[in-house]
Amino acid sequence: MTFRQPSILPGFGLTLGFSTFFLCAIVLLPLAALVMKTATMGWDDFIRVLTDPRAVASYRLSFGASLLAATLNSVFGFIIAWTLVRYEFPGRKLIDALIDMPFALPTAVSGIALTAVFAENGWIGQYLAPFGIKVAYTWIGVVVALTLIGLPFVVRSVQPAIAEVQRDLEDAAETLGAGRITIFRRIVLPTVMPALATGFTLAFARAVGEYGSVIFIAGNLPMRTEITPLLIVIKLEQFDYAGAAALGFIMLTMSFAMLLSINLLQAWGRRRLVAAGR
Amino acid sequence: MIGPMIKKAKLLAGIGLLAMLAGCGGGDDAGRVTLLNVSYDPTRELYREINESFAQQWEKEHQQRVTIKQSHTGSGSQARAVIDGLDADVVTLALAYDIDSIQTKGKRLGANWQKRLPDNSSPYTSTIVFLVREGNPKQIKDWPDLVRNGVAVVTPNPKTSGGARWNYLAAWGSVLRTELGGDWSKLDDPSAEQQVAAAEKKAEQYVSALYKNVPVLDSGARGATNTFVQREIGDVLLAWENEALLAIKELGPDKVEIVVPSVSILAEPPVAVVDTVVDRRGTRQIAEAYLKYLYTEPGQQAAARHYFRPRNAAVLEQYKDQFPALELFTINQVFESWATVHERHFADGAMFDRIYGMASAGSDRR
Amino acid sequence: MAGGPSKEVLAEIASRPGRDTVVSSIVKYVLVLTSLGFLAALLFAPLATVFITALSKGWEMYLEAFKDEDTLAAIRLTLTVAAIVVPMNTIFGIAAAWAIAKFEFRGKSFLITLIDLPIAVSPVVSGLVYVLLFGAQGWFGLWLQERDISIIFAVPGIVLATMFVTFPYVARELIPLMQQLGNDEEEAAITLGAGGLMTFFHVTLPKIRWGLVYGVILCNARAMGEFGAVSVVSGHVRGLTTTMPLHVEILYQEYNFVAAFAVASLLTLLAVLTLVIKSLVELKRK
Repeated sequence: MTFRQPSILPGFGLTLGFSTFFLCAIVLLPLAALVMKTATMGWDDFIRVLTDPRAVASYRLSFGASLLAATLNSVFGFIIAWTLVRYEFPGRKLIDALIDMPFALPTAVSGIALTAVFAENGWIGQYLAPFGIKVAYTWIGVVVALTLIGLPFVVRSVQPAIAEVQRDLEDAAETLGAGRITIFRRIVLPTVMPALATGFTLAFARAVGEYGSVIFIAGNLPMRTEITPLLIVIKLEQFDYAGAAALGFIMLTMSFAMLLSINLLQAWGRRRLVAAGR
Repeated sequence: MIGPMIKKAKLLAGIGLLAMLAGCGGGDDAGRVTLLNVSYDPTRELYREINESFAQQWEKEHQQRVTIKQSHTGSGSQARAVIDGLDADVVTLALAYDIDSIQTKGKRLGANWQKRLPDNSSPYTSTIVFLVREGNPKQIKDWPDLVRNGVAVVTPNPKTSGGARWNYLAAWGSVLRTELGGDWSKLDDPSAEQQVAAAEKKAEQYVSALYKNVPVLDSGARGATNTFVQREIGDVLLAWENEALLAIKELGPDKVEIVVPSVSILAEPPVAVVDTVVDRRGTRQIAEAYLKYLYTEPGQQAAARHYFRPRNAAVLEQYKDQFPALELFTINQVFESWATVHERHFADGAMFDRIYGMASAGSDRR
Repeated sequence: MAGGPSKEVLAEIASRPGRDTVVSSIVKYVLVLTSLGFLAALLFAPLATVFITALSKGWEMYLEAFKDEDTLAAIRLTLTVAAIVVPMNTIFGIAAAWAIAKFEFRGKSFLITLIDLPIAVSPVVSGLVYVLLFGAQGWFGLWLQERDISIIFAVPGIVLATMFVTFPYVARELIPLMQQLGNDEEEAAITLGAGGLMTFFHVTLPKIRWGLVYGVILCNARAMGEFGAVSVVSGHVRGLTTTMPLHVEILYQEYNFVAAFAVASLLTLLAVLTLVIKSLVELKRK
């Protein structure tokens, strides 16, 4: 088995070489520094930092809220992408352009603005308060902030995929008597699924590490509304670089495992598709 | 193939980078000197004024133009930045612990830094006061009122905010003050050991109860002020006196008012020249003059105008309406030193973490 | 049906073959309203907050915010950083997508994951790693100090941190697109004797042009909006190393809410840019 399958297209060595070099310089070298810093602490210290009850509570919040946010994003992001691609309604183009805003707005601004909206004296918060629903300064606020920053990932991944779903295929299926749900399940979903998975993964990955917007809306109470990146900052404030690196490292490892499994799954799905096509 | 394109782009990027660096480094012309003052959040307005008036005075006396650049963010982050190589000629931070860290971890200045200037190298001071809603609806008068049921207290996280550490220490010290009757010498007196231990126990209970009343721990002092004033969370905000006065001025005297407790802590924000930087850049003379300027009459006046308590008695007298007299204790009286404070209260697993272990173990987790 | 779909909509739906018209339009309304409701709460309300605060003291005060020298310096710095970072990451993105999409080799998923990684790294950590590398006590700290080169707490550090954060975006956009498009046309061009570059510019680029534009827009948005990582390596020197997002924070901390949100609102202009570009795309397609 060779490293790559032969192809008549040129540029493999050059492009792979260049991108690997660039990847090493910009991403891997800095991350190596993180790993090395973590390695300066002993194994026992490392375990102690990772299993500290406060840290464990923060993983639960960070990963739990991120999972919830990414799920919300997948559901609503899909619906939004669908309406933007399939339906014509006033203001569609403007809304389409605004989808990227969570990337362009500094996270601190998103955090401050969301808090203003969802605080008990805010536009939306005041209508939720009578029902006993508190968003700002609770874990729900964390989910809201993380949903906002992850939204563009899902919408922007899914949009092109929906555009690709063949309308004639849907129509044909319908003519043949397939129900709406069947069409969705058998024709739309399989085409969109890989893109949705990508969007979900990226939204999740981004949410886990998010700091700027969350600290404004979270309340930051230890054991309850404290996210892992805040713990990293707290370690840094105490000049505990190794401890901070250790927490950063563990988050990175978990995210890496998750990203890799999704990417492998997708590659596998693609190969199966190609095999089926032949 | 793609090679030429990449080369071209790299060249372009390189040229851009060079042009930009050239554009940025234009500060040190002949006859002109720049200083970098690395400070913390609440001093922006103060140093803007000081920088201007100092530059004028320096130019008059030395025929040299000076530009003082400012950098402000959380005190701890600033200490870290200096340790990691931010070229600060002078640091003006929130607490001595941060400058101590620059000394011990970065070796950027001498161990005797705090003795080099008068008054523990703190040209101005502040204290911790309460900010309450207009009319003081919850009747909050003094420290014991903060732990009453139904009183929500807003204070930032002492782990990330210098100001919040002063809040915490003021609360702790207020209990010791009551329990020991104000006789701080008992802390070092072996025969009073039991009484001191009992007092410390009380202080721990008090501070635990206090933090149970805290609904939001912001990461910085100004974040907490915004939470309290803009979001209308909580009944009382623990704040630096200077921040409280500024908040009233900026955010509306019709919304909040100050309550001065019977006793509080003397907050001494220290200043220092960073030896390794000034020696390398050749700016020692002017950096030292800059810090000394803070102790002069105009410097003290500026501090008082920006709501810091001046050290100069005459200036303080002039502003006595703004700064009501109250009993103040110092870090060294009550807690020995910042190193002990850190180890006992704020290090990982120390008192603050234990308080939260206790506070959250019993109460509702989400 | 009271408040039901309009006649035009019904007519449009009715013109499609084999559609259950009323159900279709109900589904459409539900979906559009769900989308709008979700976006209104999560995106439009915060955006409106930004604009309302920025304009709370009138247009004059809004415009006043952009006369401040430090604000202008921050805007310049942000544009400069984006001008360096976006082209670099675009070139990388194209190269990586070509290698990954056009060829089959082992470890591909692993490589893609490494490219994704910066998205998963907390901004706090993205800044920290550069401090660990180039800080006074970092790997290259002493070496740099001896040569009087500043990387962190200076513009190069900000560029590096931004490059790290925005690294995956162009590649991420192009890889799936190019995989989907396949190699047939390129292979045909090569077989007919076209060179590699020629093939890329005349065959591949027209097909991926808009995906590329899209990746660049995302990359640019992130580059201009990044706060956390840049905050760690910037040093916060006013007028020198503060980018727009950092300057927004400074203004906010100074209780200058109008100016803070005015600067932030400037970043929403990027949406207008997106709008223009997307309209161009659609024009071209027609």
